Amino acid sequence: MADSDITSSEIAELQPASGTSWLNLKELSGDLVRGLWEEIPLFRLVLGTCPTLAVTTSATNGVGMGIATTFVLVASNIMISLLRKIIPDMIRIPAFIIVIASFVTIVDLMMAAFTPELHHALGIFIPLIVVNCIVLARAEAFASKNGPLRSTADGLGMGLGFTIVLILLGSLREILGNGTWFGMPALTGIMGLFNYEYQPMIVMVLPPGAFIGLGLFVALANKIEEKRKGKK
Amino acid sequence: MDNVVEILLILVSTIFVTNFVLARFLGICPFLGVSSRIETSIGMGMAVIFVITLAALSSWLIDKFVLIPFDLVYLRTIVFILVIASLVQFVEMVIRKTSPALYNALGIFLPLITTNCAVLAVALLVVQKEMDLFPMLFFAVGASTGFTVALILMAGIREHTVHARIPRVLQGTPISLITAGQMALAFLGFAGLVKM
Repeated sequence: MADSDITSSEIAELQPASGTSWLNLKELSGDLVRGLWEEIPLFRLVLGTCPTLAVTTSATNGVGMGIATTFVLVASNIMISLLRKIIPDMIRIPAFIIVIASFVTIVDLMMAAFTPELHHALGIFIPLIVVNCIVLARAEAFASKNGPLRSTADGLGMGLGFTIVLILLGSLREILGNGTWFGMPALTGIMGLFNYEYQPMIVMVLPPGAFIGLGLFVALANKIEEKRKGKK
Repeated sequence: MDNVVEILLILVSTIFVTNFVLARFLGICPFLGVSSRIETSIGMGMAVIFVITLAALSSWLIDKFVLIPFDLVYLRTIVFILVIASLVQFVEMVIRKTSPALYNALGIFLPLITTNCAVLAVALLVVQKEMDLFPMLFFAVGASTGFTVALILMAGIREHTVHARIPRVLQGTPISLITAGQMALAFLGFAGLVKM
């Protein structure tokens, strides 16, 4: 009962003064798209680098980590947005951390039950989603100030932006470092067509490859942004 | 004698072979954020060593005497993050009252440490590996020293790269990441030194 009360009051509050529909699609899509480029977590804000560097030894791991983080982002954004009037301002950070930690525990247990291999591959970085700066940053900067619908869109956008970078970096490292992509032969297959054996660049799956790969991606994003600004 | 060897092995392996920043990717945010000057990175490093050791000890005690006896192991993540967050607050208050000099040196870094994932990682790793008290303490000291070593090395390099001519798109984060990559490459030389 309490939940539905809050929701309806949120919805009432979302209603713009002009009296148009409370479901402002333009605003929602704006919230969603912002996470995909303008404030894409890893390139623009450089938050959440630890899990990114650690788990992207293969594209599959990148997808798994991305989905887990997106789930936590969306769920904690919704929850915090619903509770934002109840949580006293003084203790909001510890309260946010508890909400986030609960969802992380849920993800951790679910992954251990349904995808044990992935859970093993991601290891300690699943519980460490708690201290992924993106989640807390979105809770503090967005969900604690906006209604649940917009917070959902924001969490989804940020999560997708994060996932895309994880997949890009995971693909780069897996293709160069192992010759495969999502476990399928990529470079090994192409070289195989010409009867050559692909010599994997092992360094790409080792720690240095992660740092250098992400560094180059951030540089590329800066370049694209520069070009885009130049056009305007 | 065996114990001494074991402790040395733990220290060498956590500081150099599996360096927390460069081989395990923990604590990258402060590593990139607070490494522009050597002085500040030393302050941050000392604060991290202090907090990680205390956090590991208290999480280990809570795990052993509360969570395991009451069969609440699945609550580890929530409990540990709360312990760390309150510990950091507590340490900040104690230092401010007792030693203003130390507070001036470490104070501004303490709030940042809550979101340093190395702290939670050490707390989780020592209970996951079911370490005993002393190996656990040396693991925590070694891990945080490894973080500090990497941080100070990085600050030393960055003080020089400030004066270098870096292509515009690489300035800022990209060049820091690539520098870190090269340091990781150098640290790969330690691989295989200790079998853990």
